Amino acid sequence: MAAMITVSAVNKYFGDLHVLRDIDLEIAPREVVVVVGPSGSGKSTLCRCLNRLETIDSGHIEIDGRPLPEEGSELARLRSEVGMVFQSFNLFGHRTVLENLVMAPVAVRKVPKAVARDRALELLDRVGLAGKADALPAQLSGGQQQRAAIARALAMEPKVMLFDEPTSALDPELVSGVLDVMADLAAEGMTMVVVTHEMGFARRVADRVVFMDAGEVVEQSTPAEFFAGARTERARSFLSKVLAH
Amino acid sequence: MEALLDNAGPLLQGLLTTLWIAAVSGVGALVLGVLVAAARVSPVPVLRGVAFGYVQLFLNVPLLALLVLFVFALPDVGLLMPLTTTVVVVLVVYEAAYVAEAVRSGVNTVPLGQAEAARALGLTFLQSLRLVVLPQAVRAVVQPLGNVLIALVMNTALAAAVGVVELTSATNKVNLVEAQPIPIFAGAGVLYMLVALTIGLLSGVVERRVAIVR
Repeated sequence: MAAMITVSAVNKYFGDLHVLRDIDLEIAPREVVVVVGPSGSGKSTLCRCLNRLETIDSGHIEIDGRPLPEEGSELARLRSEVGMVFQSFNLFGHRTVLENLVMAPVAVRKVPKAVARDRALELLDRVGLAGKADALPAQLSGGQQQRAAIARALAMEPKVMLFDEPTSALDPELVSGVLDVMADLAAEGMTMVVVTHEMGFARRVADRVVFMDAGEVVEQSTPAEFFAGARTERARSFLSKVLAH
Repeated sequence: MEALLDNAGPLLQGLLTTLWIAAVSGVGALVLGVLVAAARVSPVPVLRGVAFGYVQLFLNVPLLALLVLFVFALPDVGLLMPLTTTVVVVLVVYEAAYVAEAVRSGVNTVPLGQAEAARALGLTFLQSLRLVVLPQAVRAVVQPLGNVLIALVMNTALAAAVGVVELTSATNKVNLVEAQPIPIFAGAGVLYMLVALTIGLLSGVVERRVAIVR
C-alpha cells in the first residue's frame, strides 16, 4: 500500500544547529507511529515539518502521495487534511468551544453552518465535552482544552493526525483523559504521528516506535521490541532515564 | 453664562458638526487603520513596505499641514471636494495611521500558537488574519483605540482653520459678537470634555466586555 506520509533525506537547520539529519520515514495508512527521544532531539521539529509549519532545508516530504506545496492556497488545502494537536492547545481564545470546531469547516470546506454545528456537537460528545459547547476555552481545564483541540482537528475529517507533545503541558491527573481519546482514535484506524514522552501510551497504542536523538532517527521498531531491548546504546540510555521513575 | 445660553443654538449646531465629522472619520479611520495594520503584518514585502511608508508619512506630518494641503492645494490640480468632505478624508487617512499602530501592537499580543493553529486547520493567511488574529488583536487594544478616537475628536477643531464651522469655529464666531471669551470658550471646553469622557467610558465598558481570558 502507498505510504500516507513519506519523509526522505530531510535536513533542517536552525542557524548553525543541524536539527534534522537525513531523516527517512514512511508511515502507512492507519499506522500509529510514536516518536520518542530526549528534548532537543528534533522530534517536535520533525512533526511540525510534516504540515510545513516549519520549512525544511533539503529533502522531500509527501502526504498521501503529494509533495508538500509552497506556502499558499495549495498548502492550506493540504493542511486542512492533516490535523494537528499542539502542546499548548491553541484553542481560539475569543471563540466558544463550539465556534472553535465550526470555524474551519465553514471557512475552508464551505460546509453549511448547521451541518458543521451538528458534526461539532457529535465530536464534542465523543471527547466527553458534550456540556461545554458554549464555554470559552479559558473556562476549561487543560485536559478539556486539549480534548476540544483534538475535536477541532477532527472536525476537518483529516486523513492524518499529528500530535506534538499533546500532554506535556497538562497536570498529571488530566493526561489519561487525553490519551484515552487518542487511543480511541487509533483504534478507529486514524493514521497518527505522536510525539510524546508518554511511554505507557507508546507501549499500548503504537504500531511503531521511532527513537530520535540529536536530529537523527536512531532506531525504529515495534513497541514490544523497543521496550524489551532497544538495539542502540543511546535508546537504552534514554529508556533507563525515562522509565526509572 | 447668559452669553452661552443666548447662543446655545449655533454652539450646539457646531457641536453636531464636530460629532458628525468625528463619527464619520472615526469609522473610516478604524476600517482603513485595520487594513493598513493587516498589510503591515502580511507576508508580502511590497504590502508591508507600502503600509510602513503610509504610517510613517502620516505620523510625521502635522495634521494642520495636511488640512491646508488638501483644502488649498488639491483644488489646484483639479480635485475639488466639498469642504467638510475634504476634512473627513484628511482625518480618515491621518488617524488611520494611529489606528494601524495601535492594532499592530495588538497583533503582537496574540500568541503565535493562535496563528499556527489557524494555518494548521487549513485557513489561508487572509482567513486566519480575519477570523483569528485581528479579532483578538483589536480586543487587546480597545482602550488605545478609544484614545485615538478621543484625539480624533480634539483634532476636528483644526477644521476651523480651513473654514468648517464646527464647535471651535462656532464658539469663535459667538465670541466675536459677545466678547466674553472666558465663559464662551470654557463652555466649549466642557462640551469637548464631555465627548472625550463619554468615549473613554464607553471604551472601558467595551474593553471589559470583549476581553480575552487566557
